[in-house]
This record gives sequence, structure tokens and C-alpha cells, in this order.
Amino acid sequence: MERHFEHQLTELQSKVLRMASLAEEQVRAATKAFLERDAGLARGVFESDHSIDAMENEIEEAGIHLLATQQPMARDLRLISMILKMSSDLERVGDHAVNIVESTLRLQGAPAIEPPPEVGAMTEIALEMLRGAVDAFVERDARSAVEILRRDDVVDRYNDSVFRILLTVMMENPRRISWGMEVLLVSRNLERIADMATNIAEDVIYIVEARNVKHHASDMQESSPVAAPVAQGTADA
Amino acid sequence: MDPSAPEAGVQPAATSIAVPNALEVRHLDVFYGDLQAVKDASLDFPVNTIVAMIGPSGCGKSTLLRSLNRMNDLIPNARIEGEILFHGENLLGRGVDPVEVRRRIGMVFQKPNPFPKSIYDNVAFGPRINGLAGEMDELVEDSLRHAALWDEVKDRLRESALELSGGQQQRLCIARALAVKPEILLLDEPASALDPIATAKIEELLKELEKDYSIVIVTHNMQQAARVSDYTAFMYLGRLIEYAATDELFTSPRVKETEDYITGRFG
Repeated sequence: MERHFEHQLTELQSKVLRMASLAEEQVRAATKAFLERDAGLARGVFESDHSIDAMENEIEEAGIHLLATQQPMARDLRLISMILKMSSDLERVGDHAVNIVESTLRLQGAPAIEPPPEVGAMTEIALEMLRGAVDAFVERDARSAVEILRRDDVVDRYNDSVFRILLTVMMENPRRISWGMEVLLVSRNLERIADMATNIAEDVIYIVEARNVKHHASDMQESSPVAAPVAQGTADA
Repeated sequence: MDPSAPEAGVQPAATSIAVPNALEVRHLDVFYGDLQAVKDASLDFPVNTIVAMIGPSGCGKSTLLRSLNRMNDLIPNARIEGEILFHGENLLGRGVDPVEVRRRIGMVFQKPNPFPKSIYDNVAFGPRINGLAGEMDELVEDSLRHAALWDEVKDRLRESALELSGGQQQRLCIARALAVKPEILLLDEPASALDPIATAKIEELLKELEKDYSIVIVTHNMQQAARVSDYTAFMYLGRLIEYAATDELFTSPRVKETEDYITGRFG
């Protein structure tokens, strides 16, 4: 017989997956709206943001309830605490999508100028990272999660390139400063979305391997298991 | 889990911490008649730390605890093999006086068991029969203070201990154990008969006592083990399955049986 707790855990996971899928849709729609200058699509992103916020509240409430009533240990504790972090990161992803559509709407009256192609490339990678992190969570696949951490540097480099390109454009043509600033903001938001995906990937590694890789993502080698400090021995049953 | 799984070989630790050990258990086997309650347990108890022993009923944790101060000697049919080293001496060796062992390694039980005497006499009992010299009033006060009970009983030391609440009685039992100046304190489910407030007081007290004593606590309450102990040992079917820093054992146990037990997916 499945325990009630197991059922609640499954529910909590389903909730965070629904939230992740909505956040991903929001980013997809926001970037499409930006690249295609689609104001209607942009407004839709605004309207959906409150659903993400509501989901964050719901997940937080359910997660805290489980912590309080079940006092989970080990993998359950890791899972619930990481879901709480994931939901707050996904809420941030939603906010970044909103920031992107705000830029989109501000650029509505301005002449249509293509952003540097790097912005499109960043969009693709950020979305892939987000999707990949969520897949790694579903599959409990720490190896894929490590791959996602490595991709964050690529997005950071694109962001730097976009900055350099736009700086040059704005210096050459001051009339493009407003446009340049908006594109810079979009690039910055994409870079942050990739950071959130990275956080989720780190959470997955912690859930699966109980290994904290935060703040030293470049050092992804397998850490040696911590030896039991006082055990005359630890049984490998 | 499969009880017939290959025997969990207890291996020498890869590393050991620098602090000295209060007790070192080596290849301990305890039998009650034909039943083997503890099977080849080896582990160290470092000084000035709290070690919690957890595991399902009948796993051998209380038996192991009671072996540490030779309480099992009092049980007919009990037989014990292996070594328990205390200051380098095997407590199980011939010629070791179990009464002296129990003075230096005190014990507190599940149910508070004060003597039907005054609060004062309960604490003074051990020192008197041990012939301890010195100022008795001072020793009683000191023991009660250490057990965080002094402020509650200082004006009623001559009243019967049985008039105290359950939580106070348990702290009195701790004071009684401390009065004979032990080095190690063994506690067998010391809070399981107490309400949450009294339990919290005992737990706070243990954290204080840890500065001066080495403590081993058997508990069914995993949250209690997680809250108070520095290291936790998980036992199952008489075997020591896993022994690790408490933070590690409760967040990322290395052995599947431990994980299954602490997450409630056991059996």
C-alpha cells in the first residue's frame, strides 16, 4: 500500500513540474515576442505570470507542510528542500520572461532593428538548459545536470559578446542607445535564466548524489565519499 | 531488506578524527542464551560528544548500550564477547569491578526511577555508598545545577523526589548519575516517557553536559537523534549498519538499509 506521504511527495513533484513547464513556455513566448516584435504575444506573458506566482505559493505551502508534518530525512529531505528552491528559481525565471516582454513593449514604437544574432543563440541555449535541468530532475540524472552546469559559461560568453557589440553600436550611433539598452537588458535576462537553470541542475545533483556543487561548478570531479569520522567501520551492506 | 544478505562486514575506518575516544568497542558479540543480540560490533565513542544509537526495536541498540557499563551482567543467560576499551583497559576483562565501571560510566533509563527518598538523598545516595569525601551539600547542589534542576528544587530539597514531575524526576536521575562523577553517561530512551517540553529540557541539558561528559543515547526518536547527537549509529538485526556524523547520516546516508529506515520505508 502506498503511504500517504509518498502520495504527497508525488503531488509536490507534479506541481513543480507543471510550474517548470509554464516557466519554460513563458520564456519561449517572451523571446519569440521580442525577436518577432509581437506585442500581443508579449501581453500574454504578462497575464500568465500570476499563475507562476500562485504556483510558487502553492508549492511553498505544500513543501513546508510536509517538512512540518513528516519530518522527512535523507533523500526525502533533500527532495523537498530542493523543490522549494526550484520553485523559487522558477518564479524568478517567470519574472525574467516578464522583463523581456517589458523591453519588447517599450521597443514597439521604435524602428525595427535586428538584434545581434547572439541574442537568438543565447535564447536557444537558455531554453535548452532550462528544459535539460527539468528533465534531469525528472530522470534523477546527475550526469546530465553536470553537463548543464558546463553550458552556463557559454551563455555568459554570449552575454559578454552582446555587450561589446551593442556598446560599439551605441557609440557609433547615439540614436540607437535606447534600443541598445533594451537589447542589453534582454541579454542580461537570458543570462539570468541560464543561471536559474544552473541552480536547478545543482539542486538535481544534490537530490541524487547528496553532493553540494554550488559555487565551484568548474570543479565537477567526483568527490570522494566522506569517511565516517569515528566509525571503526561503516558497513557496506 | 534482506536479513540473509551478505554479512555487513565492519571495516576499519578510512580515517579517524583526532579527538581521543572515551570508549572503543571491538568485535562485540552479546548473546541471551542462544539468541545473538549484538553481532560483531566495532565502533569508537569520542570524548565530549553525543553519540545516538538508532534502529528498530530488537536491533540490539539497548543491549549494546547496556554492555558499555556491564549492565548486561545482571541479566541471567547473557554472555558477552569482544572488547570494550576504556582508558586502554578491557572493561570485560577478568578482575574488572563492574560496580566501579558503573560509577565511572553512569546510566539513565527510560522511565524516571528516583528512590522513594528526598530529592537531596537521591542525589547524595551514590556518593555516600561510594564513600566519596568532601562537602555533600556542595556536591548535591553542583549535581543538581549540572542537571539543570537546581533552580526548580533548591527550596524543597527535603521533599520526596516522587512529588516531582516526570521531567524533573528524569533530570533528578541525571543529577544522581552525575553525583558520582562519571566520565561517560549512557541514556536509554531518556525522554520517551516525557512530554515535548520536558523532552526539550532534557535535550538542552544533554548539549550542556556534552562539554564535560561523553554521552551515548539510545533513542527511537530520529528527530531527537538528529537534534542532539554529533554522531549516529544505525543498528539492524544486531549489526552496526552505518555509523557517521549525524548531519551526514540523516541527509545522505551511504547504506540503503539506513536510508530505508530513516525515511520510513523500512520492512
